[in-house]
Amino acid sequence: MNARTKEMQVSVWRGTAAGGRYETFAVPEQENQTILDVVTWIQQYADPSLTYRFACRVGMCGSCAMMVNGTPRWTCRTHVKKVVRNGAVRIGPLRNLPVIKDLAADMDPFFDKWTAAEGRHHPGISRADPVQQIAPDNPGRVVANAGIECINCGVCYAACDTVAGNPDYLGPAALQRAWTVLNDVKDTGGQTVLDAVSGTGGCHNCHSIGSCTTCCPNELDPLAAIAGLKRETTRAYLRGRRDA
Amino acid sequence: MLDLRLYLLQRLSALILAPMVLGHIAVMIYAVQGGLTAGEILGRTQGSLFWALFYGNFVFVVAVHAAIGLRVVAHEWLGLRGRGLTALGWGAFWVLLVLGMNAVWAVSVP
Repeated sequence: MNARTKEMQVSVWRGTAAGGRYETFAVPEQENQTILDVVTWIQQYADPSLTYRFACRVGMCGSCAMMVNGTPRWTCRTHVKKVVRNGAVRIGPLRNLPVIKDLAADMDPFFDKWTAAEGRHHPGISRADPVQQIAPDNPGRVVANAGIECINCGVCYAACDTVAGNPDYLGPAALQRAWTVLNDVKDTGGQTVLDAVSGTGGCHNCHSIGSCTTCCPNELDPLAAIAGLKRETTRAYLRGRRDA
Repeated sequence: MLDLRLYLLQRLSALILAPMVLGHIAVMIYAVQGGLTAGEILGRTQGSLFWALFYGNFVFVVAVHAAIGLRVVAHEWLGLRGRGLTALGWGAFWVLLVLGMNAVWAVSVP
């Protein structure tokens, strides 16, 4: 290595679900460098046993999210210069999820909750029916569009303090998906979705702290989606009692 | 650890509490500013149906609101769940209700 190359001190979490510790590596600084570049450099030049997850490297797939100095981020879209403090960076696996090894978090609980929140399409017509025409300015479509760009990276889930305190809580990503499905004009699972998000781990546990919206790399607003679910579940409940 | 019913109960109780808290603060400021003695205060509250209903309702709504809040705190900070959590919620409700109603009784009944 060139003696004049500046180095930064990078602490990286090493370990499994059983436990672990931060290990520090000296990584050469580059003019343009992302946190994912740093992790890749460590694996290729310092310790090939380092485990981490990535795929597209351009902010499309949502695979490379990690904790960077305590904040969940897409590492492929996080420039080192933006987060380095006194020549040091700390990188860990996503919070609120079990660790498989090193920087790779187990995403199973995250996707299990996605399913539990009924974040899937509930079709009302078959392929034999004509295609539904939905106007782009349809109010439900507009609300659904606001959350449709979620790529399941888990950043909001790792940022959520309510998930940290209440492991049963479905979390911002699953609830935002439920809100999107609920507003999708083509979806017919309205009450099913409302029931799914009204249980003991449902949307009513949200403390409206807003870390999800602050940290979302796609600039989505799960906080507003959860507020919408609270409104709609309340309306449906009161309507049900009136009808009874 | 809040389902829809507990969530609604806590919001509704908050809705009722907000004006009552303001009323309670106003009463306290009035009592202190005017330099009322304990005897003079009791003279106004004892036998008064209005104050008995005001503070009786206040205590009941506080017991509901605080018990649900404590339940959430106990779950998120202490990891309490299941029967233990239910017992703590109801326990907090009854303790607050009994203590509060005892005080209301003491200042309302001549």
